[in-house]
Amino acid sequence: MAAESFVKNLKKSAVAALWLSFLTMPIMVIRVDTVEKTIAWRWMHLVWMLVGSFVFALAWHFLMDRRDRGGAATDANVEPTPSRFAVWLANPRVNRPLMALGLLFATAFPFLFSVYQTNILISALIYVVLGLGLNITVGLAGLLDLGYVAFYAVGAYAYALLNHHFHLGFWAVLPVGGILGAFFGILLGFPVLRLRGDYLAIVTLGFGEIVRLVLQNWDAFSFGPSGVSNIDRPGFFGITYSVDQATTYIYYLALLGVLLAIFVSGRLKDSRVGRAWLALREDEIACQAMGIDNTKAKLLAFAMGATFAGFMGVVFAAKTTYINPASFTFMESAMILAIVVLGGMGSIPGVILGAFLLMLLPEYMRAFSQYRMLLFGATMILVMVFRPQGLIRARRKIYKVNINTVDKA
Amino acid sequence: MSETRRDAVLSVRNMSMNFGGLRALSEVDFEVRKGEVVALIGPNGAGKTTFFNCITGIYAPTEGEVLATARDGKTRRINGMRTNLVCELGMARTFQNIRLFASMTALENVMIGRHCRTREGLFGAIFRGPGTRREEQEVVDKSYRLLQKVGLENVANEYASNLPYGAQRRLEIARALATEPFLLLLDEPAAGMNPQETLELKEMVIQIRHEFDVSVLLIEHDMKMVMSLSDRIYVMEYGRVIATGTPAEVSADPEVIRAYLGEESDA
Amino acid sequence: MEYFLQLFFSGLSKGSVYALIALGYTMVYGIIELINFAHGEIYMIGAFTGLIVAGLLTALGWPVLAILAIAIVVAMFYSGAYGYTVEKIAYKPLRNAPRLAPLISAIGMSIFLQNYVMLAQTPDFLPFPNLVPDFAFMQPFKSFLGTSDLFIIVASIVVMAALNLFIKFTRMGKAMRATAQNRKMALLVGVNVDHVISMTFIIGSSLAAVGGVLIASHMGQINFYIGFIAGLKAFTAAVLGGIGSIPGAMLGGLVLGWTESFATGYVSSDYEDVFAFLLLVLILIFRPAGLLGKQRAQKV
Repeated sequence: MAAESFVKNLKKSAVAALWLSFLTMPIMVIRVDTVEKTIAWRWMHLVWMLVGSFVFALAWHFLMDRRDRGGAATDANVEPTPSRFAVWLANPRVNRPLMALGLLFATAFPFLFSVYQTNILISALIYVVLGLGLNITVGLAGLLDLGYVAFYAVGAYAYALLNHHFHLGFWAVLPVGGILGAFFGILLGFPVLRLRGDYLAIVTLGFGEIVRLVLQNWDAFSFGPSGVSNIDRPGFFGITYSVDQATTYIYYLALLGVLLAIFVSGRLKDSRVGRAWLALREDEIACQAMGIDNTKAKLLAFAMGATFAGFMGVVFAAKTTYINPASFTFMESAMILAIVVLGGMGSIPGVILGAFLLMLLPEYMRAFSQYRMLLFGATMILVMVFRPQGLIRARRKIYKVNINTVDKA
Repeated sequence: MSETRRDAVLSVRNMSMNFGGLRALSEVDFEVRKGEVVALIGPNGAGKTTFFNCITGIYAPTEGEVLATARDGKTRRINGMRTNLVCELGMARTFQNIRLFASMTALENVMIGRHCRTREGLFGAIFRGPGTRREEQEVVDKSYRLLQKVGLENVANEYASNLPYGAQRRLEIARALATEPFLLLLDEPAAGMNPQETLELKEMVIQIRHEFDVSVLLIEHDMKMVMSLSDRIYVMEYGRVIATGTPAEVSADPEVIRAYLGEESDA
Repeated sequence: MEYFLQLFFSGLSKGSVYALIALGYTMVYGIIELINFAHGEIYMIGAFTGLIVAGLLTALGWPVLAILAIAIVVAMFYSGAYGYTVEKIAYKPLRNAPRLAPLISAIGMSIFLQNYVMLAQTPDFLPFPNLVPDFAFMQPFKSFLGTSDLFIIVASIVVMAALNLFIKFTRMGKAMRATAQNRKMALLVGVNVDHVISMTFIIGSSLAAVGGVLIASHMGQINFYIGFIAGLKAFTAAVLGGIGSIPGAMLGGLVLGWTESFATGYVSSDYEDVFAFLLLVLILIFRPAGLLGKQRAQKV
């Protein structure tokens, strides 16, 4: 049986490889320049394509067979029992020491590694917070926000411009960034509240583009494409630092941000508000019929996610000391979404893992860096098809029932 | 048009619902009195679920009036009121095609029902002070007790989607009860249940009415259950109420036998 | 007046292309209620295929109009094939998944295709030869209506008329309408739904390719990113007209084209893209069903 289906898969894969190679032939092989009147034939690409797509198709069919045999795993209406690893990881005796170890390592990091490495990790930490913020909107409340980066831009420009014009410091602007993020979240939330999931996605996408285009074109306000430079690094009671020290300082700020984000989103997840978000994600009609004000829940989810991004925008501007609209394209939003999707929608440890994987892997595999977005795109498709719950499945809290009061009743 | 009786908790007058050119409900008069179990029966497509949707604010009726008298004794006009406010007022429903929150546990599903009776906000959730903790614990305990009432306490921490069909139907009832309704609306609660489960469900509805002091309005196809459970029955066909009365009166009505029972007997 | 006419016709030709792309969105949405985010990329791939064909045939010294015709046909074929394959890989396995899943997979596909073309071709703009010669009889209108504008308008009308005939009178067209109305019923009466879905993707993608080649020849350059903005705007057009409605997509394309053309002509050219998005947000707030769409009742 197994051998038979393997042969069948081989045949299917060969057909798929031929088809995909034929499909990609013009774009992969031929490159024309109609001005110079040159044509480049790159036949080697076709060979790679044949081999690559055959391997890909074989893996695809193998995974597809497994998925269909598992049946339950892809059926939206059945929650599979968690794997033994997940149960093991969920045990406080296991995860508490692991977390402590991780925290210790994170605290010591700037002293163990170079400034260059620390800088990379700061970016990763910023994306952890962004991922956790988007996780509230997309993962918990199920509102597909494709313009998330706009809120990040709002925070960054808030600091850059207030610093440039009024010399306001980092700490003064940090709360402003968060509040402005929340404000824009609600501003965007209002018009899109009534929209269904897919409309919402496209409107948020449009909104993100509007913000970027305005920043790019409104020279008088945002200095156009050239952006704002010479932004102050954060101070600390008037002490000024060397660049290295400032990096370490920002590193700890970002780390603190991550801890706060974990704390806040963890608390929210298992609260009255968080449960309402989940219900909203699962079934909007039933959610409202059970007495939840969908409008309010949606606005809150938007505002909460946006607040995280607003805060991080300020940190980002302080870290790079230079920002321009090019840092806030749709690709950033897509990357943050990929983090949430890959990690596991609604799962806090999943999103953290996702952020580290997607931010650090391309950084340390420079040879692949140009394939980064290609792989992100592929990841989003493959995760949705084969592992919709992401790397780490979100788990629900087991509530402790107070037996005494129950028995009395 | 009959005068609304003083003890009516829901009274619908002359309600019609049009979808474009299609008249799904036509001049419906309807009443549920305090403590009653009322059944709404009729062939498929007669407009029963549309009726539910109209009185719970999912649709706004084109004409007519829907009046509800909540526990505070005040009568309000609730046409086109937002669904969540209808629920908050005290009319909670279940769904014909079960609509549970699949990736939440059974207990959490019931806890959602407590949402409109609790107040904890964003900051309460983040700082989790003593007030919040007390409220949360109350929600958990009350929800658990409701699970006990419908016999699901052993599966409290199972995901709702993993429960068997009959259990899912009962979970929906527990979730609706958690909102502290004065009127419980059940849309085909016995659909897909075997005779034994149906019997248990009937006992449960009787007990719930008694214990929670609610009126019950149910749509149901199981005639045995309807006849033995309900105080009064409304029969609907093509969006109109064609008969109403006690089970005995309705089952003797020739119009009803023609329209409904006749068809149903060969099912 | 001449300025007005110039804006009118450039809006009309732009709008026709939006309409061509919007048809793909609207047809797919009508059948499987999915926003095919990768549709803009299919349009971009059509333009690139057209460029490659044009490059090859120019080297062989073929006449311009023949090149145009062949480029369009080959681009239609390849875009159709891409559309078909995209559906098989990214959407078909997710047909019973929660709503968010195919949307995310669609975004992933869009990002993937963009970067695939960027890596296989170039991240820079590539020049695209002008495949529409200036006809002599167009001389008196030249100041406000270029030949390629006229060509785009005429070609779009022809293609859309053909599509309408196809949907009204062929077996497949009828099956498509049936599936759009009620997929389950269509299945019950013997419509091969998988087949219909594939066909919808193929047709929608081919139409986008026509728009891709025509607009590329008009603009004179292309890059891997053109599909993103064009896709967004075409989607706006589809929503504007009422998503799921084919005449709606055509009307929406024209309204959007004119809005953009007049707004950039009379207000400010810096914000061309902003107008489109603002229009999208406004329609969705005030008339989410679009100009010709019907408000569908929720199924409970």
